[in-house]
Amino acid sequence: MTATTEPQPSGAFEPKIAAFVCNWCTYAGADLTGTSRIKYPSNVRVVRLPCTGRIDFMLLLKAFARGSDGVIVSGCHPNDCHYTSGNYHARRRWMVFRDLLDFTGIDTRRVTFAWVSAAEGAKWAELVAQVTEQVRELGPHTDYQALAAAGVE
Amino acid sequence: MEELRQKARQLLESGAVKVVVGHAQGTGGKRRAHFARTAAEADALVHDDGCWQNLANYLTKPEVKKLGKAAIVAPPAVLRSLLQLGAERQLREDEVVALAPGAGGAVRTLSSLAEVEEHVATLPDQLPAADRAELDRLAAMSAEQRRAFWAEQLERCVKCYACRSSCPMCYCERCTMDCNRPQWVPAASHGLGNFEYHVVRAMHLAGRCVECGTCGKSCPLGIPVHLLTIFAEESVRRQFGQKGGASAKPDFAMSTFRPDDKETFIR
Repeated sequence: MTATTEPQPSGAFEPKIAAFVCNWCTYAGADLTGTSRIKYPSNVRVVRLPCTGRIDFMLLLKAFARGSDGVIVSGCHPNDCHYTSGNYHARRRWMVFRDLLDFTGIDTRRVTFAWVSAAEGAKWAELVAQVTEQVRELGPHTDYQALAAAGVE
Repeated sequence: MEELRQKARQLLESGAVKVVVGHAQGTGGKRRAHFARTAAEADALVHDDGCWQNLANYLTKPEVKKLGKAAIVAPPAVLRSLLQLGAERQLREDEVVALAPGAGGAVRTLSSLAEVEEHVATLPDQLPAADRAELDRLAAMSAEQRRAFWAEQLERCVKCYACRSSCPMCYCERCTMDCNRPQWVPAASHGLGNFEYHVVRAMHLAGRCVECGTCGKSCPLGIPVHLLTIFAEESVRRQFGQKGGASAKPDFAMSTFRPDDKETFIR
């Protein structure tokens, strides 16, 4: 486990955002953001997975344990899944998991779910900018990092 | 109690079942699981408020299956467990006879899952008042208070896995908790390992939990772990209208979907 708050030239807190995205829509969408020369914050670390249906809820907890201050999960819009129904299954999972996170006291504002298609490069840039700003206001995820620090094996 | 013993004796004497799973007097005034294989052993069966263990847990164990067809003393939570196990293809339609104790010591014999389902539909479905009150108390807290509550509770967990062992729905022969290549959930009982374990357990039981509360009662440290699974189960019911243990027909909320599932948070 690494310390989360890297020293910044300005000394200000820079949030780390882990983004779990599907290969077919959001990853391509984020690619389009780049090829369209749209600027967005460099705080996001993109992890490409085959489908939102592949994104295990534990990946989000692992991201927090490894020092993420916020998490984005994004994939194809409903009805657009490359595997027909992966995003529908994922949606159900997030509906329950988000509830459970809230019940265990994790701030759900640190977890953002979105549908970003391969054509929505601008939406991706806007999403990352909004999430980065929100997590910056929330500050470092110190509660979870303290929990994770206690678990160094 | 007499009617229960008598029905158990009859089932064993007629050879309809080979074993009756119930409770008997244990040590220290407690009740323990009892496997009556003869009519004489059936006389030791008891059923009262002290019998909280969910005995459906035993029905999927190879040691118990080996004994032959079983009958089980089945209060409502156990009946629901039977249905859920049936829905998950762990019990066949006529593999088990349920002896359902009702008011005034009367006992109903239910000899198929279809009969169990019919009977369960007539039963009131309510959480124990103490659990309801505790869930409401937690719901009224701020997220920060809830975090502190669970941090304090789960810190005490020693990962004995009694909650997993006592649950009839945790029948997997290889549990993800036991996989160590890779070690997905930390095995040690520190804050992170405990938190991840209990979240995984709740997620794996969402839509399947019958809310018997046995996991919480089994915890040697008195951690209310059953609140996590009951919360996840209620979340499923509220959002998808599906419920664990309502039917022996496969209807698992988390392995299906509706195109019009409604959420409020996906951007």
